[in-house]
Amino acid sequence: MKFAVIVFPGSNCDIDMYHAIKDELGEEAEFVWHDTENLDGFDGILLPGGFSYGDYLRSGSIARFSSVMKEVVKAAEAGKPVLGVCNGFQILLEAGLLPGAMLRNKKLKFMCRTVGLRVENNDTMFTKNYEEGQMIQIPIAHGEGNYYCDDKTYNQLKDNGQIAFTYALENPNGSLGDIAGITNSKGNVLGMMPHPERAVDSLLGSADGLKLFQSIVKHWRDSNVITA
Amino acid sequence: MSLLLEPTAQDIKNDKIYREMGLTDEEFGMVESILGRLPNYTELGLFSVMWSEHCSYKNSKPLLKKFPVTGERVLQGPGEGAGIVDIGDGQAVAFKIESHNHPSAIEPYQGAATGVGGIIRDVFSMGARPIAILNSLRFGELDSARVRYLFEEVVAGIAGYGNCIGIPTVGGEIQFDASYDGNPLVNAMCVGLIDHKDIQKGQAKGVGNTVMYVGAKTGRDGIHGATFASEELSDASEEKRPAVQVGDPFMEKLLLEACLELIKSDALIGIQDMGAAGLTSSSAEMASKAGSGIEMDLDLVPQRETGMTGYEMMLSESQERMLIVIEKGREKEIQELFHKYDLDAVAVGHVTDDHHLRLIHKGETIADVPVDALAEDAPVYHKPSSEPRYYREFQAIENTEPEVENIEETLLKLLKQPTIASKEWVYDQYDYQVRTNTVVTPGSDAAVLRIRGTEKALAMTTDCNSRYLYLDPETGGKIAVAEAARNIVCSGGLPLAITDCLNFGNPEKPEIFWQMEKAVDGMSEACNVLNAPVIGGNVSLYNETNGTAVYPTPVVGMVGLIENVDHITTQSFKKAGDLVYVIGETATEFGGSELQKLVHGNIFGKSPELDLTIESGRQAQLLQAIQNGLISSAHDLAEGGLAVALAESTFGTDGLGVEVDTNGSVITALFSETQSRFLVSVDPENQAAFEKLVADAEKIGHVTAQSALIIRNEGQAVVNRPVQDFEASWRGAIACLLS
Repeated sequence: MKFAVIVFPGSNCDIDMYHAIKDELGEEAEFVWHDTENLDGFDGILLPGGFSYGDYLRSGSIARFSSVMKEVVKAAEAGKPVLGVCNGFQILLEAGLLPGAMLRNKKLKFMCRTVGLRVENNDTMFTKNYEEGQMIQIPIAHGEGNYYCDDKTYNQLKDNGQIAFTYALENPNGSLGDIAGITNSKGNVLGMMPHPERAVDSLLGSADGLKLFQSIVKHWRDSNVITA
Repeated sequence: MSLLLEPTAQDIKNDKIYREMGLTDEEFGMVESILGRLPNYTELGLFSVMWSEHCSYKNSKPLLKKFPVTGERVLQGPGEGAGIVDIGDGQAVAFKIESHNHPSAIEPYQGAATGVGGIIRDVFSMGARPIAILNSLRFGELDSARVRYLFEEVVAGIAGYGNCIGIPTVGGEIQFDASYDGNPLVNAMCVGLIDHKDIQKGQAKGVGNTVMYVGAKTGRDGIHGATFASEELSDASEEKRPAVQVGDPFMEKLLLEACLELIKSDALIGIQDMGAAGLTSSSAEMASKAGSGIEMDLDLVPQRETGMTGYEMMLSESQERMLIVIEKGREKEIQELFHKYDLDAVAVGHVTDDHHLRLIHKGETIADVPVDALAEDAPVYHKPSSEPRYYREFQAIENTEPEVENIEETLLKLLKQPTIASKEWVYDQYDYQVRTNTVVTPGSDAAVLRIRGTEKALAMTTDCNSRYLYLDPETGGKIAVAEAARNIVCSGGLPLAITDCLNFGNPEKPEIFWQMEKAVDGMSEACNVLNAPVIGGNVSLYNETNGTAVYPTPVVGMVGLIENVDHITTQSFKKAGDLVYVIGETATEFGGSELQKLVHGNIFGKSPELDLTIESGRQAQLLQAIQNGLISSAHDLAEGGLAVALAESTFGTDGLGVEVDTNGSVITALFSETQSRFLVSVDPENQAAFEKLVADAEKIGHVTAQSALIIRNEGQAVVNRPVQDFEASWRGAIACLLS
């Protein structure tokens, strides 16, 4: 399976995503610069964390106008897995691929720590290798991770099983309903504030994020066998 | 037109305008005789910044010569952007520490942020990929609202820059003491990784080659920053706020990636950061180092404001800029490379053979000065030194124990002292994991980063207990180096080298110069014995507010090599049943200790002693024991002594406790700050091998499954309380002091 790691000016978790895919998952990964206008050769799209365009104006608000984003929308529409982590999640929100918006953390400070997440829905292409309700340890590092949406949207997210992960023990940023990660209604676009790519090697504390990437690969293999 | 307002050469001399720029009458006379004429205003500006202490080290040079700067692993010593040490397999580590004290005292967020930005540029200008940031911070006591403001903003500034640029801030140290009330210290260190073949130099070689300006545009910010950094702070310093630069980490991220791509190009001849004294120092130093000259047309310099004079452009300290020299004729490919990152890359001049820095503006030559005069020929002062009276008085005081009534309560109070308390409130704001190499995160003795694709790892730390240095700068200087090495060794690393940031008061005061002299003597001796040469650093003098100096604070930044990630060791106890040892004897030494400060409210007497031979022997034995796999946890005994180290080793262990027996006077046993001591835990399986290897280890107890800290002295229980009580005091103290 071949992943595109999209690099915007100011992305800084691109290298981590790349190594997670290449070294730990053992799949193909390629950096793709933000001005690319074709993502046809890729089976999965990864939007890494960082500070695209310095977070100027508003996190993700400038990156979403990059020419590559048209291609990301196309890939999402075509049903390819699209994962946005941290700043990548913020970009997906700005691009309208996921509903809701991000506020500054409740304590108004950047936070870096490893937090406990609960897998709320394991029936997605990103979570099928987890157990439902499983507790996993994944690092966060953000200043604007306080997810917010209106009641109607929240109820839809809940009813459709679009809430993939919630903060389990403490809610670090004040996000609505302890939301840590959501999918689109089709289930092929996941945005999450915690960094699964930072949790793929137990030497660094946790390898709980690896199953997320393995889920994507499993889903891709299964669906390709069917279509083949 | 501001140009018209510039005074004439004759006015400068008659009205002694050079004094406002920090030059003395004698120095102005030297400039006049070097040029054989009066300098104009622009030229005066060049000399004033290049001859400031910040750029020329004119007051500290005679002392810096004492440092050992060579060693079998040293690939680049002091004099370039950063020093470089070999770590084998064609790889090397580049690192440097630098101060940003004065800017941070005036405008803490930007002062700290640009301190981080500047040190990162120093490292990548060598061709190295920055992999980690550390810092060393000093503030006054947190009971002052101004200090709380400085502390919060400095931390936010460091976080804001480091997090955005995506280099993990992995460690550091913070001390609080009234001597830093008006003059905080903000030292930032950057560590980079480099292949030997990629090592760059800041040299303008090859007559006719092109000088290019790359990165952000030049504005009027930071003009005379280097001069400002070489003065004492006073109530009037607020007026110098325009001398503080403003940082843009996003711009620097682009510049970083572009420059690391650039070093792969064979068109590149030399590269240097435009840091302190901006375009002036980078051009003069690059030419001076190469024995060449540079001519630049300032009309070509990318500017973000209109009507800038040559003087303003040359003295601006706008951030995120680099000066590069490339092979003539290859400008276009370099421009394309930078264009990918939306960055300016403009040919502004060329290399000449006349050893002059010549500046053209609006068709006229506005400056023409010998580069060596700027970069090399600053006056060197051998300042008078005199032993301060307080030192004699302190040396005459006998070592005694502070009076303590309740041991357990005292330990709780010590753990709440902001210097000892958990710095989680601080490092929670730093992204310490980005780039996914951080194996040991902030809070242990040293931070550890793996080197991807190898078995190796790097340990890194910053250290300096300035209280000891105030009491006895020579011994304190030794301790600063030794403690850094202890932290590296406890993490499983072999100390490689140090970078230092010498923060002192006004060197024109003989008592201050004496502190500098003694501290450097002590540090040099320790570097020699511990085989850790000085590969670079920075001097920050005039750290005084309204005439009162900070404690002498020569911060040591050290990097060590861990041969195999299996050797990585942390301070936390690992499992119940492990035996607990103290390595090294304990004497009654409380001068400058946390307990003395707590009980008496001030410090006095003699600093703890240090025998470097004993220190070096114990470090070697402990490192061997770690490499042989005999050690479960290791922690150096520092502020607060054994009791604090025992408590810290139980924190964050998910329910482990410890039970130990000590002997002799309980206050000395638990709280003395005798040097060269370690607290380690050892699996009983390894007991015999460990005891055979480490001569001075004394078994004092064992790790327990019950989460309690139990200390008996001479058979009598003196501490017996759940770990949770101690941990809560320790963890919450700083947040509590801030709210």
